[in-house]
Amino acid sequence: MKKREISTKTTEKQLLSGNEAIALGAFEAGVKVASAYPGTPSTEILENFCTYEGVYAEWAPNEKVALEVALGASFAGVRALATMKHVGLNVAADPLFTAAYTGVRGGLVIITADDPEMHSSQNEQDNRNYAYAAKVPMLEPSDASEAKEFMKIAYRLSEEFDTPVLVRTTTRVAHVKGLVSPGQQEVSAVKAGIEKIPEKLVMLPSNARRRRVELEARMGRLREFAEDFPENRIEWGDRKRGFITSGVSYLYVKEAFPEASVLKLGMAYPFPAKMIGDFASKVDEVFVVEELDPFIEIHVKAMGISCKGKELIPPFGELNASIVRKAITGKAAETFFEPSPIPFRPPNLCPGCPHRGIFYAISKLNVFVAGDIGCYTLAALKPLSSMDSCVCMGASIGTAFGMEKALGKEALGKIVAVIGDSTFIHSGITGLIDIVYNRGFTTVIILDNRTTGMTGHQPNPSTGVTITGDVSTLVDIEAICRAIGVKHVRTINPHEIEAAIKVLREEVERPEPSVIITKAPCVLVPEMKKRKDKPLFLIAPDKCTGCRTCLKLGCPAIEWVAVTPEEAKRLGYKEKQKGYSRINAVLCDGCGQCAPLCRFKAIVLATKEGK
Amino acid sequence: MGNILFCGVGGQGILLASEITSFALIKSGLDVKKSEVHGMAQRGGSVVAHLKYGEKVYSPLIEPGTADIEVAFEMLESLRYLPYLKRESRVIVNTQKILPPSVTTGVEAYPDDILSGLKGKGLAVFPVDAFEAARRAGETKAVNMILVGCLSAFLPLEAEVFRAVIRERVPERFLKANLEAFRQGREIIDTMLQAAE
Repeated sequence: MKKREISTKTTEKQLLSGNEAIALGAFEAGVKVASAYPGTPSTEILENFCTYEGVYAEWAPNEKVALEVALGASFAGVRALATMKHVGLNVAADPLFTAAYTGVRGGLVIITADDPEMHSSQNEQDNRNYAYAAKVPMLEPSDASEAKEFMKIAYRLSEEFDTPVLVRTTTRVAHVKGLVSPGQQEVSAVKAGIEKIPEKLVMLPSNARRRRVELEARMGRLREFAEDFPENRIEWGDRKRGFITSGVSYLYVKEAFPEASVLKLGMAYPFPAKMIGDFASKVDEVFVVEELDPFIEIHVKAMGISCKGKELIPPFGELNASIVRKAITGKAAETFFEPSPIPFRPPNLCPGCPHRGIFYAISKLNVFVAGDIGCYTLAALKPLSSMDSCVCMGASIGTAFGMEKALGKEALGKIVAVIGDSTFIHSGITGLIDIVYNRGFTTVIILDNRTTGMTGHQPNPSTGVTITGDVSTLVDIEAICRAIGVKHVRTINPHEIEAAIKVLREEVERPEPSVIITKAPCVLVPEMKKRKDKPLFLIAPDKCTGCRTCLKLGCPAIEWVAVTPEEAKRLGYKEKQKGYSRINAVLCDGCGQCAPLCRFKAIVLATKEGK
Repeated sequence: MGNILFCGVGGQGILLASEITSFALIKSGLDVKKSEVHGMAQRGGSVVAHLKYGEKVYSPLIEPGTADIEVAFEMLESLRYLPYLKRESRVIVNTQKILPPSVTTGVEAYPDDILSGLKGKGLAVFPVDAFEAARRAGETKAVNMILVGCLSAFLPLEAEVFRAVIRERVPERFLKANLEAFRQGREIIDTMLQAAE
């Protein structure tokens, strides 16, 4: 069982992140079942929620399953939660759109955690559009305190209006800590149990047509509700400028224009048309401040209300108070120092990371590497430069296969797909089925590091452990590949680069489907961190010729030391030698990938005393 | 109102340091918002946390040109967020170096004039060898608590408030070393301030 720092016994204010607050809000709302696939910035919600007593929480294989599990729990009459990052809702969009038709029994809330600025995402989509497209209400908290309260409101709304409710956060809500007051736990009036209501739950066309009409009526009722909803509120101030805003943008407006009048929309969709009209009529000028898409703006303009929005406010990236102030007044806040031109510090694969070995091996093949989402996407960066495309979860396999079909026999030996264990389970399996079924030969490399790395080491079905640390059935990736019909499945150790290159060459040239599974645990999983007897490597200075081959691994533990000709002479090197490599003993994880790469056998095991 | 910018490299304990500081501010009855980024931003990448405090805090992000104090856990990182600083900002710099990939691979050099560069801009710079100080305190992992001790000298709070938070938040077996690290950090700055008088 995971430990949680926040007590549920206290009534004192707590410093919580938006995600911790959402977990607490879900608990206080009496949520019994929660399902999610990890994704920044949503992951900590379930990691926290699973620590509360009397709840069921799980990591699902993907967001679609997560939402279906939550929907099922709702059908069974309990309050249920599904959480995901913004792109996760694309995966879960199918159940979402029809869940809007069926409605709910127990309250159902779906968290979409959007990532403006793409701190940790491949795109910047604005998921408020899903509320509009799927015809479900959406709440949008501004900070942690609201996040908790809005969860409880969301469940009441869900049951009152018979609808799933979306709650949208952004990175600066999810990962900002603020003070939150714990509250009382609620009990839903809905009774848990099996109830057969086919006209509501079986979306055959005849039923769906009736529910479609009901859906419109429901949206009408929600629009009326929005007019009196206390979290849609006007804060009157100076009437010269009136701001309409929601979510974290509200906080930027309050900071930049504390004197102005503000209409804060706690409900991002549907809109309170009368309230907006009334507000607009009482201020000289209306400004809509929102991150990403002109979502509020378009709807306000559709009401026939003139306002300024995206002609002033950037349509991409995060906002902050300075950007908002400058956009509205045209005057930039004073800054005093220019950015300094200093070396960039991008994230990097850890020392000892098994991905480094396999990507170094792949880089020797001169193939197109169709990549996927995970820590290993960092292999696209120098010096490995070993990934040529990355689109979305699971896309590596389909895109590689599409390239194969486009180029025909030409493509043999020139394309590989690379995908992580968790990503393969998420949405890679169907792509592999396509290769087998449609007689392809694309080689798929599955990087099995026993965890979901990038999001912070969540277990997944192929880890064989649940979110709460309980041992479960391990889903065997190799067996899956064989069951699909891949005849050539080979498991290799990614740390052994020479052997990996050999296997890679054989499999990419094979005119049949093949899978290579690289098996070595992430260095950050507990059993790896606990190792006491890790070997340590060092570079014998007298043997290093400064050829820089080891640096091509891009291991943070291997450092280049430049020397002047005089220093080279003093150190006994050829005068032309520009420097030498050394291993930082604090960082070296002992994976040994580098040692065989050195033709001069300069990289050797260090004894403990040598440390 | 106060704005504190914490920066450094993933894995240096920046989030815990900013957390301890937040709790101390809250204990003193202030409102606090703290912004951080998880996920891709870690993995040895540059990490930054914004801490804002006051009677009522709205935006969770520090605006450029308004940071009162920068606490740089790594020397190079002290330069990365320069646009956030104002002329009167105080800059606490851990003189520890962690080489970025372009430096370890020999593509770029690690700048060698960072402290003088900061001082040359007229900033109040407080260089601290936090790693060495942590070693003296008996726990090299307590670099963050050395820096919290340094930071505490510039905040309108009693040191005792910090000590109370550390006692509440740090596990028993690390407590002694962390309290000692806090004390040493505080002393380093107090000594510098006295010398300057």
